[in-house]
Amino acid sequence: MQDGFVGRSVPRREGHDKVTGATAYVDDLSLPGMWHGVTVRSPVARARLLGVELGEGVPWHEFAIVGPDDLPGPNVVKLIDTDQPLLAADEIRHCDEPVLLLAHPDRAMAERGRAAVRLRLEPLPAVTSLDDALRGDVVVWGRDNVFREYRTAKGDVDAALADPDVVVVEGVYETGAQEQMYIEPQGMIAQFDAERGVTVRGSLQCPYYVHAALVALFQLPPQQVRVIQTATGGGFGGKEEYPSVIAAHAAVLARKAGHPVKLIYDRVEDVRATTKRHPSRTHHRTAVRRDGTLVAMDIDFIIDGGAYLTLSPVVLSRGAIHSAGPYRCEHVRIRARAIATSHPPHGAFRGFGAPQSVFALERHLDVIAARLGLDPAALRRKNLLQPGEQTAVGQVVREPIALDRVLDRALALSHWHERRAAHEAFNRSTDGPLRRGIGVATFMHGAGFTGAGEVHLASVAQVQAERDGTLTVLAASTEIGQGTNTVFAQIVADAAGLPLSRVRVGQPDTAVVPDSGPTVASRTTMVVGTLLRRATASLRQTLRDAGLLPAGTGPVDPEVFTQAVARYLADHEQLRGEARYEPPPGIAWDEKAFRGDAYASYAWAAYVADVTVDLRTAEVRVDDFVAVQEVGRVVNPVLAAGQIEGGVAQAIGWALFEQVVYRDGRVANPQMTNYIIPTAVDTPPIRVEFMPPFLGDDAPSKGIGELPMDGPAPAILAAVQHATGAVPTAIPMLPEQLAQVLQEAQS
Amino acid sequence: MRADLSRFEVVRPRALDEVLVRLGEGGWSVLAGGTDLMVTLGALALPPGRYVDVWRVDALRGITVTDDAITMGALTTYADVQRHPLLQVEFPMLVEAARRSGAAAIQNRGTLGGNIANASPAADSPPALLAYGAVLELHSRAGTRRLAYADFHTGYKQTLRRGDELIARVILPRRAAAAAPVAGGVRDGVVDAYRKIGTRKAQAIAKVGLAVRLELQGGVVADAAIGAASVAPVPLFARTTAAALRGRPLADAIEAAVAAFGDEVTPIDDVRSSARYRRQVAVNVLRDVLAAVSAGRTPVDSL
Ligand SMILES: Cc1cc2nc3c(=O)[nH]c(=O)nc-3n(C[C@H](O)[C@H](O)[C@H](O)COP(=O)(O)OP(=O)(O)OC[C@H]3O[C@@H](n4cnc5c(N)ncnc54)[C@H](O)[C@@H]3O)c2cc1C
Repeated sequence: MQDGFVGRSVPRREGHDKVTGATAYVDDLSLPGMWHGVTVRSPVARARLLGVELGEGVPWHEFAIVGPDDLPGPNVVKLIDTDQPLLAADEIRHCDEPVLLLAHPDRAMAERGRAAVRLRLEPLPAVTSLDDALRGDVVVWGRDNVFREYRTAKGDVDAALADPDVVVVEGVYETGAQEQMYIEPQGMIAQFDAERGVTVRGSLQCPYYVHAALVALFQLPPQQVRVIQTATGGGFGGKEEYPSVIAAHAAVLARKAGHPVKLIYDRVEDVRATTKRHPSRTHHRTAVRRDGTLVAMDIDFIIDGGAYLTLSPVVLSRGAIHSAGPYRCEHVRIRARAIATSHPPHGAFRGFGAPQSVFALERHLDVIAARLGLDPAALRRKNLLQPGEQTAVGQVVREPIALDRVLDRALALSHWHERRAAHEAFNRSTDGPLRRGIGVATFMHGAGFTGAGEVHLASVAQVQAERDGTLTVLAASTEIGQGTNTVFAQIVADAAGLPLSRVRVGQPDTAVVPDSGPTVASRTTMVVGTLLRRATASLRQTLRDAGLLPAGTGPVDPEVFTQAVARYLADHEQLRGEARYEPPPGIAWDEKAFRGDAYASYAWAAYVADVTVDLRTAEVRVDDFVAVQEVGRVVNPVLAAGQIEGGVAQAIGWALFEQVVYRDGRVANPQMTNYIIPTAVDTPPIRVEFMPPFLGDDAPSKGIGELPMDGPAPAILAAVQHATGAVPTAIPMLPEQLAQVLQEAQS
Repeated sequence: MRADLSRFEVVRPRALDEVLVRLGEGGWSVLAGGTDLMVTLGALALPPGRYVDVWRVDALRGITVTDDAITMGALTTYADVQRHPLLQVEFPMLVEAARRSGAAAIQNRGTLGGNIANASPAADSPPALLAYGAVLELHSRAGTRRLAYADFHTGYKQTLRRGDELIARVILPRRAAAAAPVAGGVRDGVVDAYRKIGTRKAQAIAKVGLAVRLELQGGVVADAAIGAASVAPVPLFARTTAAALRGRPLADAIEAAVAAFGDEVTPIDDVRSSARYRRQVAVNVLRDVLAAVSAGRTPVDSL
């Protein structure tokens, strides 16, 4: 398939329209007679809601007003649990929780209405830190503020830790919340019609999640609920679960108003109300031999889930599985807990728990290396998994991996040994304010849903042949800036043997596309791309079986194909190929024991960061960044490199710039002027390299979207440690925090 | 846009006099480049009311040079400042402040008059203007007056500008151009050093800003002027710190000046930084600048 489109950097399909401003996002759209919705929210973290008063001076009779009693179905956000209401009814559990919905024909009047609503509240004690939640003096969820706990173990950790021949190293590592900061804030337009049901258009990642939420709320047959994705300006996980809330709110307002309702969040509302990355704390206790061999790991991983359970158990599970990294270790015990607090619920964000636990482990390995006087790269190399060995949860690595080659390539590209020596010489001799350092992280990222998730999803994708001989991709996977449209077209064009121009990728619309699953977990190219290849092959087979197309899988003359389709459609209503997910053979996950084949495939990586630290200001500049990974077959090298570069930049933000300041449970810096994401000039040259696939040139593609979020933060902090000798253990590490770490190291 | 635009009235005169008439009536505010006002509008924090857009008033534009001074119209943008050849030579700290403000779009639209009138303690041009001894020219129906900029800021977001007054011009008295660093230390001449420690490298609000002008004669500080951002409720004209330098050999005065500066700054904790960090960094950066000048090094710019 050398001559195909897969493996080539064909241009992004929607790129031109986005760059020239032609793309219409949800807030650019308008429906006849459309009203504008707003959400009245709680100003406090926790309270009993005694009443809602509509203030003076507003023509309330012109408004549609929806409270908990005006919902057509259960007052529940349909996710894993049913604890989260669409509108708080008696108890408010976090700041900016939705309480009342208003719609008015005039947007400014809707806003005036929002300002005139008064909530009568009786304050209740809130839980605004992990420590308070664990202490349990105030219980905000269940009996002990614990949403979910997983435990898994292999070997005999306690005995290994007690072995007199090992060194035991302990450490606690913390990560902060992070805002996705997609460029387009969230928004929806809903229509309601007693006969036709509910239609919602908006900015979202997962059309069928929104669909399921609306079916449950309106208690309608699935065909009477339609969800259409509009051009979406980024998601990063932030548009995984929360769009269901906005869609439901817009739809109940549309039902009440008798008009379509547009509900758009501005930046401040979006940052305050929608989900962010879970903050975490990890406690490591590790037994290691003096030569650096890992003997036992005892890991306690905690994430702050916020006020409702939402997706926290799955974030927790991914974090736990990644917490022991791509290393061989005989004795491993993992305890993982998702904790309830009075923060707005934390949720999906690129990496989904793994970046947090990878940060902790990689940071801990550097602490171990320093304790033993070993080169951090050598310590990692010594312990990297080999083919046939087991991960911490007992998954046997069947792929012929060679992780040392990935690490070596990253070390070579970054001139690790030379630069390490040069930086040390510089730091010893300088009397100026600058210090230099270099750091590495090695890690893996499991792609697709965790455990049996993909089996439960049972995704379906279709390809439809049109009369003009073109193919239309029918999948619910959304283009959110990552390249879905382009990559799908490449895969289908090759499978069909047709030019790229003959493949169209339809707009995800639940009235038209099957449920190919959510656009999350780095699964789109890997899982849905594979389904599309199979669906296309099946469509070709149909034409072949009908005697309309010659045998073979190579290129087809487009004219021949068009005629074949035309002839087929003369006798048939439609021509479609379909494929349904099938798990790779021999894959099994035991959720109860928390052991087994956690993921169908893993991407493997080694990242190196080179930094300068300014001792006057405690500022850190990342001077150079090397990102080497094995991700199977790369479908579109430019788009793939873009995913890595973007992920590294986002992770630099998480490590060095982005601090969600919660004050009494409310985000105090909800604007781009005070929630600081890195700009292009804060981002180093990022040198991306993809290794030849371990399974050869025809290897399947692995997920890559989340991988680059895992490695940069620990690599950067390792470099800061190398530069200064201080041992930072928490991110975000803004200059304010590093200044303190440096001061403590001095005294 | 969530703000209710129907509750805002905006007029766009071309004549300076019409602006002054409106301001004299009371109830009107000035809108220049809008780069501060639009942010507050977006956050629903801009009071609805009446605004005079002065963007088309040509009398408020342009940079003129005489033997004694460079005079900049209030609508002078950051881009205008950076392009001006004489400002580059004689007032490099102002040029650097302009270069480090926002990014290209803001630099094309944001004005000096707006930066001064907005009176944010974090603003970037005030430290340079303070160190350069700038003079403001205020116009109103009642007449024209000139004020030393160092007296202008009286408290957090408080200034000597009356509601009927427009900032029309900013005047920089011309002095000797700054000298290049000399091996063994500058002993004679003028040295300028500007520093901005921001939240990131562009589009950043200063956590600490510093503009230092020293006039040296035979290694002795003949004159010193220091402006600072984000370390006090107002753009700070650090008189005590400057006094600790004046009349003493630079090398001997550094620690006293740095200690005075530590006492003179009164930073706060907010979402962008902490008082502790701001004080420490202000002190570190001042020490670094003075030590570099004294040693004849080009101070190593912060990252
Ligand atoms: C993205 C972004 C980045 C920014 N970065 C920086 C930065 O790095 N450094 C920095 O210092 N600032 C920064 N700013 C703030 C802003 O750009 C500057 O303060 C700018 O100089 C304001 O000028 P303006 O003409 O746009 O003011 P406007 O917004 O038009 O007005 C600001 C205030 O000044 C008053 N005013 C304006 N002109 C006059 C006048 N001639 N007489 C009397 N009153 C007047 C107005 O009534 C208003 O109160 C940034 C702003 C944005 C949006």
